[in-house]
Amino acid sequence: MSAYTMKEMMALAAGRLVNNGDVLFAGTGLSMLAATVAKRVHAPDATVFFETGGIDPSLEELPLAVADPRVMSGTALNSGLIEAFSILSHRRLRSIAFLGAAQIDPFGNINSTVLGGYPKPKVRFPGSGGACDAASLAYGVILFMQHEKRRFVEELDYFTSPGWLKGGDSRKKAGFTRGGPLAVVTNLGIMKFAEVTKRMYLAEVYPGVSPDQVADNTGFDIDISRAAMAQEPTEAELSILREQVDPQRLILG
Amino acid sequence: MGEDNGLQGKLMTAAEAVDKFIPDGAQLALGGFTVSRNPMALAREIIRARRKDLYVVCHSHGQAMDILIGAGCVSRLEIAYGGTGRFAPTCIRFRKAVQQGTIQIEDYSNYHMSLRFLAGAMSLPFMATKSGLETDLVRKEGFDPADRGQGKVPSKKLALAENPFNGPGDKVILLPALNPDVTILHAQYVGEDGTVRIKGLTFADLEQARASDRVIVTCEHIVPRNFIRQDPDQNSLPAFLVDAVVPLKWGAHPTACHYFYDYDPRHLKLYGDKAQSDDGFQEYLEKWVLEPESHEDYLDRIGVKDLLRIKADPVLGYAKGLDRR
Repeated sequence: MSAYTMKEMMALAAGRLVNNGDVLFAGTGLSMLAATVAKRVHAPDATVFFETGGIDPSLEELPLAVADPRVMSGTALNSGLIEAFSILSHRRLRSIAFLGAAQIDPFGNINSTVLGGYPKPKVRFPGSGGACDAASLAYGVILFMQHEKRRFVEELDYFTSPGWLKGGDSRKKAGFTRGGPLAVVTNLGIMKFAEVTKRMYLAEVYPGVSPDQVADNTGFDIDISRAAMAQEPTEAELSILREQVDPQRLILG
Repeated sequence: MGEDNGLQGKLMTAAEAVDKFIPDGAQLALGGFTVSRNPMALAREIIRARRKDLYVVCHSHGQAMDILIGAGCVSRLEIAYGGTGRFAPTCIRFRKAVQQGTIQIEDYSNYHMSLRFLAGAMSLPFMATKSGLETDLVRKEGFDPADRGQGKVPSKKLALAENPFNGPGDKVILLPALNPDVTILHAQYVGEDGTVRIKGLTFADLEQARASDRVIVTCEHIVPRNFIRQDPDQNSLPAFLVDAVVPLKWGAHPTACHYFYDYDPRHLKLYGDKAQSDDGFQEYLEKWVLEPESHEDYLDRIGVKDLLRIKADPVLGYAKGLDRR
């Protein structure tokens, strides 16, 4: 097995969560890699689209932003935000959104707005963008996070986008008709959400990472008793990722 | 068939358009999205005209929003996202202004803002959505309560309601409509009849334009009437919705304009470096906004080499193989 970087592992781990036929709402960074690599490795019938309105672009070059002209090229259709969010929330489609955030809580609620107070914060982040919409309306969400105590917190500084809210059936009671986070892909492993309580647990750790390491880097109690070992990247996955998806290493670094 | 004079009285310079349609304090909707089709030449003109207290409304915005905030033109902002991808994951002057409390800000989501423009365009008072239930987008307010209901500031950030067709438990968020004083946007083509054609993604530009009292369009080319009328399926806005047309080639630089040019990675990086400090940002403003005697002079300073580097492949719509590191 050849050496691989953590970013490569994360992109591939997230990509493996994609089903063939999914409609993928991609953001920037790792989510672009995950969606693109999944399509090229095992889910050729998955369709990538962007909140800006670009539907099924050829992605011959990696877009660096969701408004990059590369999301408008070779598409099935170029539209706008209203159309893209209608597709995202279409009840017949298994739309999967990839999102990142600054903070996450035990139920997969996320913050991408501020650290400290609001409206005058200690640190300002870009804000929701389409994240709140995707977390509210998509069939499911896959989250990317750096696994650090200060990011995995009991309570968010600002609650930008809904996960499983307070767990259990609270999401449904709040008025959401579907959705919720399916998995959190970090630099240490993959977290999922318990079936009934909807609380985050460790589902898989990457080779070389111990479940205790995950607990130590999580700012709330996390069940690590069910952790399995994640499958290492295969040569085929790595070569597609490196040679076809991000040859300039714009995102892989 | 009568002669139409769609552009008569509308064709003007950037300075004339700003003077005529963008007074201090105007509520201004920005066309484009993060690194694409920002009306940059017009934003630079707004800075040169030293406009103050602008009330900017946008979904996800980048370069135009950031430079207007940095130059002190903006006092109030309703926004979903401020960033230019990897060039500035959070827009730098935007971040500083919010952290220092020098602008008033209200956060919404992209769909929220798009729906608010759509409501305005449809002359509806509000639009409903389920996006954001239970979040701080609903629970926390940025604007001073004393400003609520004043001028264009909505009386409430948003409101919660029950679905009247279903009843208790089926909650929705009601978002107040936006009817900005003016929308500024950059298009690839405007016909001699005044018809606007935007190529590539339209984002929420069309909802913004239809919701606004006034619309200023900057464009790459004025094209013959018979060209724009030959394929009306491609067209975006009719002439009667547009108040000013300003021909400005490369008018979105350093952001991208599909089929014409890519975003300019070198310039966006230069801006990102300069914007980190107050002095650096001031230097940037001097060199790239205040000193250039004209838009052509600005382009001269960018230089032919960099302009050619980002020139779009006419088939792909972007600059193939552009070094974007």
